[in-house]
Amino acid sequence: MIAEVGHFALVLALVLAIVQSTLPIIGAHRNIAPWIAVARPAAFGQFTFIAISFAALTYAFIVSDFSVATVARNSHSAKPLIYKISGVWGNHEGSMLLWIMILSLFGAAVALFGDNLPPRLRARVLSIQGMIGIGFLLFVLLTSNPFERLANPPIDGNGLNPLLQDFGLAVHPPFLYLGYVGFSMAFSFAIAALLEGRVDPAWARWVRPWTLAAWCFLTIGIALGSWWAYYELGWGGWWFWDPVENASFMPWLLGTALLHSAIVVEKRDTLKAWTILLAILTFSLSLLGTFIVRSGVLTSVHAFATDPERGVFILAFLAFTVGGSLTLFAWRGPSLKGGGLFAPISREGALVFNNLLLTTACATVLLGTLYPLFLDALTGEKVSVGPPFFNSTFVPLMVPLLVAVAIGPMMAWKRGDLAGAIGRMKFGFFAAAAVAFVTWYQTTDGPVLAVFGMAVGVWLVAGSVIEWAGRIKLFSLDPAASWRRLRGLPRAAHGMALAHIGVGLVVMGITGVQSWTVENARVMRPGETISIGKYDLTFKNAGTIQGPNYSALRGIFDVSIEGDHVTTMTPETRSYPTSTMTTTEAAIRPTIVGDLYAVIGEPDGKGGYATRFYVKPLVHWIWFGAFIMVVGGLISLSDRRHRVGAPARRAATKTLAEASA
Amino acid sequence: MRLGYAIPLVIFFALAVALYVGLGLKPRDIPSALIDKPVPTFDLAAVKGRDKGLATADLNTGEVSLVNVFASWCGPCRVEHPLWMDVQAAGNVPLHGINYKDDPDNAANWLERFGDPYTRTGADRNGRVGIDWGVYGVPETFVIDRQGRIRYKHVGVMTRDILDDRILPLVRQLQEQKQ
Repeated sequence: MIAEVGHFALVLALVLAIVQSTLPIIGAHRNIAPWIAVARPAAFGQFTFIAISFAALTYAFIVSDFSVATVARNSHSAKPLIYKISGVWGNHEGSMLLWIMILSLFGAAVALFGDNLPPRLRARVLSIQGMIGIGFLLFVLLTSNPFERLANPPIDGNGLNPLLQDFGLAVHPPFLYLGYVGFSMAFSFAIAALLEGRVDPAWARWVRPWTLAAWCFLTIGIALGSWWAYYELGWGGWWFWDPVENASFMPWLLGTALLHSAIVVEKRDTLKAWTILLAILTFSLSLLGTFIVRSGVLTSVHAFATDPERGVFILAFLAFTVGGSLTLFAWRGPSLKGGGLFAPISREGALVFNNLLLTTACATVLLGTLYPLFLDALTGEKVSVGPPFFNSTFVPLMVPLLVAVAIGPMMAWKRGDLAGAIGRMKFGFFAAAAVAFVTWYQTTDGPVLAVFGMAVGVWLVAGSVIEWAGRIKLFSLDPAASWRRLRGLPRAAHGMALAHIGVGLVVMGITGVQSWTVENARVMRPGETISIGKYDLTFKNAGTIQGPNYSALRGIFDVSIEGDHVTTMTPETRSYPTSTMTTTEAAIRPTIVGDLYAVIGEPDGKGGYATRFYVKPLVHWIWFGAFIMVVGGLISLSDRRHRVGAPARRAATKTLAEASA
Repeated sequence: MRLGYAIPLVIFFALAVALYVGLGLKPRDIPSALIDKPVPTFDLAAVKGRDKGLATADLNTGEVSLVNVFASWCGPCRVEHPLWMDVQAAGNVPLHGINYKDDPDNAANWLERFGDPYTRTGADRNGRVGIDWGVYGVPETFVIDRQGRIRYKHVGVMTRDILDDRILPLVRQLQEQKQ
């Protein structure tokens, strides 16, 4: 019964989406106020019904209603509650439902917080949002109904893939989707602007917070996924250039470009057509990602239940959405007149440079991801493109960008002073050189590139700190005056500095783990000792323990450095009887300079166990850096000008803020 | 200049056409060339630490068999691996493995860690034999009949459904046929 309610609610949501995507946009065109006014209640209603539907599916999972096909295929009664819930989106049908719910959540958010938007723009945005909703609701209802019933329900379900029964992965998809789908806002705003034929700084100020929020979510989502791969797959790898990883990385790259080009539109009223195009492309890549994951055109670890019929549907939807919006762009784009002129060496110039490199990098990833498909389509030849391609194309593109990130923010708008900026970077240069020297001195082996990588990371962090310190005139004014400037600095400035520092940390983390990882693997018997890096590990014993839905082999290792006991590590190998699958639970001892990573495998039958150990220098900096980037993004998001939004209301709030200060 | 704004649209349509063709290709489908043909002539040494290698003669013993192409570097192989452990435990059909373009130590570690479902293994280190078999994506699974002919090929991850609905019924059907 509950499942039928969910299904019915989904149909009602579709009806509302159809209303939402037609009346308001026609109303906005013909200036019919009551039709424009339909947009908000329709958006709220659509979200409500989809939320009811999602709740119904969640309920079916929680009570283990195996008469629902999705539940029977993907859940099991003996699973812990959290994985019953995360199982809702651990499969194709449920994850699409989550996708749609988030889409409608964003629509409802515009309806709720969009008071300061001109009603016609809001109506258009919500209509576009409704159209995307129609596409995905039809997709779910026609090809992937999550509420399908089974005539003969099984006694118990098949269980969720044990690799997915993990906290990191339980929360990874929702964040990823919040990011993917969040970019639909920028898309809808872009289409609405093309329809209105007007892009101005106010428009950019409305778009930026949505883009920034989506970007933060996507960053969290990608970082969680990479962290999960690191501790769960048992290889200590954190990024594989897998098609599905690429599918999430491409919108991130373009989203990052969009974030920066929107600043130029907002501050300087130029780069308009480009920004619109970026907004369209960013969301298009999110859709393409969905297509890649669900259609089976490319094989990947992540591939859900793939089905060519679904592929055709998504491709048709993709052609309609992206083809339609790009046609609109080709038609209306030329009328978007740019405003301010600027010299190549300027803040705008630096942001254009950023955009060029990010889009090129994104194009490279796209090419590498789809090249096997193209080649197959053209010649029938089958190849796979692996990490060597991405490492040798992506990295060289990133280096100049990273070097420039430190200098760009020091440039003035319109015409910058490159020599002055480089002069200010003197300290950064010395810091980078010093770290490069120390790195070179400390590490006897490891690639030369690693020294350079560390230097780039330090250069970036130093540059961001110098720029930030320069803004508050740290050391050149007395501390009290600097403190006042610090308080007065817009939050976006703090956010930017933090986010750029985060990037620097990520660069150092990647350099560290890629260059100086040490590995030691062998069959060990209890009592034996193995040494890796500065650590000595003594294998105490191994035994079997019982978990809620698995049994595990757990090894106990005493870790010591030069005879001093530091910690005890307990790696596990879990086997799940319902799916005859084993997972690795690596034991990780994270420290700021690097992780010690231990894995235990099968017994050899003669009292020994296959064991593997890694020392992964700086690896946690990758995720810590990503975290800092997100914090920067959130601080920037809390900036007053985003909260206020419309320029019309800006003056009023400013006086209010001054009065309260 | 106006035309410049249409460039993204043109690129997108080229992409969409390629994607559509790609859908039609269905990378999981069988290239007809190899079906019903005898298995290629090859002779591979076993994966490090194992003694039974794999050669053409081993697939022409009057017995139906499965050949699975795997590699330690292949994530999807890890996903389908439990199914092969099941097949081996059930013991209805011999399963052989071709270890494709793999490092010998990694391959041996992989089999030790997760279990070895294969009756025979062949280490195809440089991928030469893989070319003869028409391997273009790992994992791949072949069904070989009593006469040593390839009767079915599955590209990509083996799933419980495909194994139970297609592979095993075909194996039973082939086993029932007279020599």
